[in-house]
Amino acid sequence: MQMQKLYLLVPLAPLIGAMIAGLFCRVIPRWVAHTATITGVAVAFIASVLIFQDVQAGNTFNGPVYTWLTSGDYKFEVGFMIDTLTTTMMLVVTFVSLMVHIYTIGYMQEDPGYNRFFSYISLFTFSMLMLVMSNNFMQLFFGWEAVGLVSYLLIGFWYTRPTAIFANMKAFLVNRVGDFGFILGIGLILTYFGTLDYVEVFRKAPEFANTMYPLMGEGSAVSLMTITCICLFIGAMGKSAQVPLHVWLPDSMEGPTPISALIHAATMVTAGIFMVSRMSPLFELSTTALSFVIVIGAVTALFMGFLGIIQNDIKRVVAYSTLSQLGYMTVALGASAYSVAIFHLMTHAFFKALLFLAAGSVIIGMHHDQDIRNMGGLRKYMPITWITSLIGSLALIGTPFLAGFYSKDSIIEAVKFSNIPGSGFAYFAVMAGVFVTAFYSFRMYFLVFHGEERFGKGDHHDHHDDHDDEEASHDHHHGLAPGQKPHETPWVVTLPLVLLAIPSVAIGFIGIGPMVAGDYFKGVIYVDNAAHPALATFLEHFHGAVAMGLHAFSTPPFYLALAGVVLSWFFYMKRPDIPAAIQRRFSAIHTLFENKYYFDKINEFVFAGGARALGKGFWRGGDVAIIDGLIVNGSAKLVGWFATVIRFFQTGYVYHYAFTMIIGVFVLMTLWINRA
Amino acid sequence: MSTYPLLSLAIWIPIVAGLVVLATGNDRNAPLARMLALVGAIAGFFVTIPLWTGFDPANGGMQFVELHNWIPRFNINYHLGVDGISMLFVVLNAFITIIVVAAGWEVIENKVAQYNAAFLIMSGLMNGIFTSLDGVLFYVFFEASLIPMYLIIGVWGGPNRVYAAFKFFLYTLFGSLLFLVALMYLFVQSGGSFSILEWHKLPLGLSPQIWLFLAFLVAFAVKVPMWPVHTWLPDAHVEAPTGGSIVLAAIALKLGAYGFLRFSLPIAPDASHELSSLVIALSLIAVVYIGFVALVQADMKKLVAYSSIAHMGFVTLGFFMFSAMGIEGALVQMISHGFVSGAMFFCIGVMYDRVHSRQIADYGGVVNTMPKFAALFMLFTMANAGLPATSGFVGEFMVILGAVKLNFWVAFAAASSMVLGAAYSLWMYKRVIFGDVANDHVKELTDINGREFLILSVLAICTLWMGIYPQPFTDVMHASVNDLLRHVAISKIQ
Repeated sequence: MQMQKLYLLVPLAPLIGAMIAGLFCRVIPRWVAHTATITGVAVAFIASVLIFQDVQAGNTFNGPVYTWLTSGDYKFEVGFMIDTLTTTMMLVVTFVSLMVHIYTIGYMQEDPGYNRFFSYISLFTFSMLMLVMSNNFMQLFFGWEAVGLVSYLLIGFWYTRPTAIFANMKAFLVNRVGDFGFILGIGLILTYFGTLDYVEVFRKAPEFANTMYPLMGEGSAVSLMTITCICLFIGAMGKSAQVPLHVWLPDSMEGPTPISALIHAATMVTAGIFMVSRMSPLFELSTTALSFVIVIGAVTALFMGFLGIIQNDIKRVVAYSTLSQLGYMTVALGASAYSVAIFHLMTHAFFKALLFLAAGSVIIGMHHDQDIRNMGGLRKYMPITWITSLIGSLALIGTPFLAGFYSKDSIIEAVKFSNIPGSGFAYFAVMAGVFVTAFYSFRMYFLVFHGEERFGKGDHHDHHDDHDDEEASHDHHHGLAPGQKPHETPWVVTLPLVLLAIPSVAIGFIGIGPMVAGDYFKGVIYVDNAAHPALATFLEHFHGAVAMGLHAFSTPPFYLALAGVVLSWFFYMKRPDIPAAIQRRFSAIHTLFENKYYFDKINEFVFAGGARALGKGFWRGGDVAIIDGLIVNGSAKLVGWFATVIRFFQTGYVYHYAFTMIIGVFVLMTLWINRA
Repeated sequence: MSTYPLLSLAIWIPIVAGLVVLATGNDRNAPLARMLALVGAIAGFFVTIPLWTGFDPANGGMQFVELHNWIPRFNINYHLGVDGISMLFVVLNAFITIIVVAAGWEVIENKVAQYNAAFLIMSGLMNGIFTSLDGVLFYVFFEASLIPMYLIIGVWGGPNRVYAAFKFFLYTLFGSLLFLVALMYLFVQSGGSFSILEWHKLPLGLSPQIWLFLAFLVAFAVKVPMWPVHTWLPDAHVEAPTGGSIVLAAIALKLGAYGFLRFSLPIAPDASHELSSLVIALSLIAVVYIGFVALVQADMKKLVAYSSIAHMGFVTLGFFMFSAMGIEGALVQMISHGFVSGAMFFCIGVMYDRVHSRQIADYGGVVNTMPKFAALFMLFTMANAGLPATSGFVGEFMVILGAVKLNFWVAFAAASSMVLGAAYSLWMYKRVIFGDVANDHVKELTDINGREFLILSVLAICTLWMGIYPQPFTDVMHASVNDLLRHVAISKIQ
């Protein structure tokens, strides 16, 4: 009973904070807003730690909080499922959220929407917690859409910027396309399983392993589990930004940096990964669906990484890196290595939040200039940001013994042993991705922290699509003035960097044993080892974290990463003329990358344009011309015309009427006579 | 159980109050007229509360029944009653009447007494529709309720009000004439009874059922409105004053949908099954086709009017799935739409009162000058797009999930509203609310006053309540819906 109150406290504490800061945002002073929200999140974090310990002691929980709705034979409840997967997510969410809350005090200190911002990020924390703690699909969908709402609000936080309010609408709509598939998947589950409760559904799942679903009529049935899992995964593709539903994530960088770290790197975008892991008993029943997952993930991992290479906006580099890493997690899901995906989700949450917050720190230091071509040599001026960024980058590229190494190498190894269709391509993609990741990460690192100091020269690269709106950025003075130097940021900003750097170093080493090799996820994540032996085979070769780290020095990923780092150093520190020459030589590819493979243009033209054209066609053609013009007003005109004709007969002259009467009588008599 | 004739009170308190308000005469007494109207509306609402609190959810039959002779010669009775299907609409109607009176408080300065009287009388008449158990009584209320709405649009409407009022009146009159023929036929077939409940039990062959069903369909489809007889609604909304739009969207559209449950399904169950695919097809066209049409509207009221049609498509879709989820989802959608569309029209009214334009292009950056309004408008926009934790989600969720059971592609078409609804709602919000201050009109806007804030807050609480905890709403429906489904499942052909 005591624990159940604690479960409730975890989401409610941030909600209360959000309500205090949000409902009264115009009357309370700033310190009240940030104290209330930070207290709420801190309480949630502490409670999560206690729950984590309790779960470690073997006390899992699955039960309802209240009945949301009953209808017919169906019952929908709001409830919690507390197990190791949940507590892992709870810890990640509340810890990163707490760091971001603290960081925000510094980052948003000049912003007039300070209180509103705190309210949003606390509301986000609440929604995300409801999502991960859910014990049923309905509440999952609730949290799913609620985080989407807060993401929408936060991307458009600076609502006077045209690019921001375009990006937030785009994000919401693209996510809705994913949710469209997601809700159909939920519908299929309800139809066949008769419940949306996880445990019930998972228990019944094997019964439906061979059920066929008449998708296109009786003649063309497809496997029920395949169609259900693909529908669910389409939801994950929206939220976790997988190709082709990834287009919203780079644009989401229009939002303030703290939320890019919290929502668009560490937590919300990983909801899809979490969801598929949670559904492992379903996905294990369909190799076709897993194949689909692994191919989508591989495409995302590799091709989004390429785009990171040519970005010049510091946040966009990290954004494309996030897309690529989400692809890695998805590949792990496809290889049935769910625990590895969650493991990478966790390590990534720490080092990517770190990289984003460090990028934000650089942005503050640079007075809101985000172009890495204007930076360089910042290590002298921002030592804490520099060191923590280096740690984050090393973790990201998979330096042995750091967090990202353990999770990423596990993914690569698992894919190597995977036997499902598409895993060959996926293996190539994740291998090549290692080189690409190292290259773009250290390109950014060298350009920002090393080399020539290019700031304060007054000859800014005129780049910023997102900042060129004068009116919008009046409270964001723009870039360093000539002669001005960057400065290290205040402690509220650097403290979270340091606190995030610690797990970025250590969490992989600590975590891999229990989470991937051990039975941490026993009974939570289900893998059919006979059909999908990838992870089991990998674990046969696993001999502890130290051995894995030492072994890495003799494996290709290490040398690929090293090659990436060295090459980026050579290109951007030593011979900056080479990248420029390559760009000229392969201008076609560069144009393709510049235009992000033309996804945006195609979407804008085909879907947005098509929908508007269709709407205009239906409206002008259907409603106005046919229904109103022809039928409604047409019948009114017909009545009018008829009346004009009739009018000719109603002349008012008695002899006209008399004459008509005579004709009538004559006709009637003729008929009568003929009848006889 | 209360001994007061609650249903009669729910009908006649607003009507009598309306007549009293009317008696205050010309605009010199406007403050008195407003006050009396508000008192009447609140009193009318209070008598409906015991209907919900005293309702027995285990009983699927009629409750609070009143039965008196009216015209004994034709066996016409003053027969009232509510079940789980109709009860909430009486409460909703009385509630919306308060909102409407408050919404016109400072805004309507011309013929104040007549304006408020029209709404009060309309409210009483619509309660009559929801509670009548006698065919003639129903028809009288059904037709009589056209008159106040016709006047509201025709007198207090916009520049093109006469065209809109006529279109509204003739369209619906055309529908109800066929309905009258159907009533006459049933009167004869049942051996001289106008009791709707007896008609439910009346055995009928398939072909008379089909004819009856089609007659009902025309009458109710116009009211709902379903595609392709929907084109009166955008015009009516655009020309109607804010209060008129609120009542039209929140209550008047539900009359047609209610008719399906009270007449079409139970009286012609075999025909309903036979022709269900027709209705489902029309409903899906409403969702998809109208969704696209809503996207390209330049006039905010037209946009919300079209979105109403799309939302009502979910209602008719839910009815003809013949499952508890479908029908209850549709009923929830109807109530939710009452809150959400009412609030959306009120929000547009708030802006119209200040700028005197409904064109999206005349706005932009309203959030800069009206932050409180923008926050509340955001909530309703999201509810309109069916966001979870708002009432707009519940009905859509239930209907979509129910539809998957019926056919994957039906659900697919219905679920497209997830994208389309979000697209037209958020695109409008973006262009109107976000951005820099677009022009001097927007620059001079003042944020909502206490009255407007109160109205929107009350509606916001209802929207959230129904989204977070819809159970109390569906609890009262179960027994009646299950009875209906059992009834519809049994063939009437002998």
